[in-house]
Amino acid sequence: MKIGILYSRIRVEEKLLIEAMERRGVDYELVDVRTAVLDLTCPAAWRRFDVILDRCVSHTAALACLQIWGAWGIPCVNTAQVVQACGSKLETTLALARAGVPSPRTQIAFSPESALDAIEQMGYPVVLKPAVGSWGRLLAKINDREAAEAILEHKATLGSYQHSVFYIQEYVDKPGRDIRSFVVGDETICAITRHSAHWITNTARGGRAENCPVTPEIDALSRAAATAVGGGIVAIDLLETADGRLLVNEVNHTMEFRNSIAPTGVDIPGRVVDFLMKWTVSSER
Amino acid sequence: MNNFECPECGGGVAVGTAVLPGEILECPDCGVELEVISTHPLQLELAPEVAEDWGE
Repeated sequence: MKIGILYSRIRVEEKLLIEAMERRGVDYELVDVRTAVLDLTCPAAWRRFDVILDRCVSHTAALACLQIWGAWGIPCVNTAQVVQACGSKLETTLALARAGVPSPRTQIAFSPESALDAIEQMGYPVVLKPAVGSWGRLLAKINDREAAEAILEHKATLGSYQHSVFYIQEYVDKPGRDIRSFVVGDETICAITRHSAHWITNTARGGRAENCPVTPEIDALSRAAATAVGGGIVAIDLLETADGRLLVNEVNHTMEFRNSIAPTGVDIPGRVVDFLMKWTVSSER
Repeated sequence: MNNFECPECGGGVAVGTAVLPGEILECPDCGVELEVISTHPLQLELAPEVAEDWGE
């Protein structure tokens, strides 16, 4: 079997995945999305891959590649459908709602005026997020009307066209941490808590990771969220509410895991590669 | 281990032999991100800025 690894940056995660493939004797090839050229009428060259693993940080470029490979019947993990569902917070929330998976209340508006109305109706504080984005970037916790007006004006004036879709989410007053679980196929393989004094707990923003036992509730909710977006290999961000409920905040389709291996003791890259190998075998039947 | 001159500040960047094209290194002097363009010969350039649609 041959695994393609679509990438745009070689991070620690990609190196760990490569090491896991080499330990298993798996043939792999790195595909730099910046140099890839896909002739839409000539899929033959890409059929050398049994499966292609998307590890690309560029959502737009990765999605286009996965759509093309998917149309050609080349197995991809994750699929274009999953990447599309996870890459847009709006689509993620829709998919979760459709599947009955609890998530923070969210409203979408299309002008600063209607966004302000929605924020006032929801009540302060709220969180304003870009519909596309990650690593905790451009998130805004809005505590009052003055802040809302200022941020909405800035987005309308300075933002790209994508910022004209206002994604407004209920602020969940979590207990100084959130939970990230890792789903590979139909299994929640491990989870961490991410602690931070800041309300943004992403490890990319300095959040500290600790092991989080996978309770039956975390397991069920994580797998339900993964299924809602189409399955595959995903990381689920869970928020704990003050009254003890768990809400799915986000689903990440090219998960980072460098800080989660040591605290959980789980060989996450190894589990990913094992999944790819099994998945390829089953697709060949 | 190879030594490379940072294209931003001219400081020395130590590059291990196991680096891969596409890998990001940080200049210890100025902190700028450098991308490994090729390993044979070793070539580093300023890494692209993070784009709006980048993420996990």
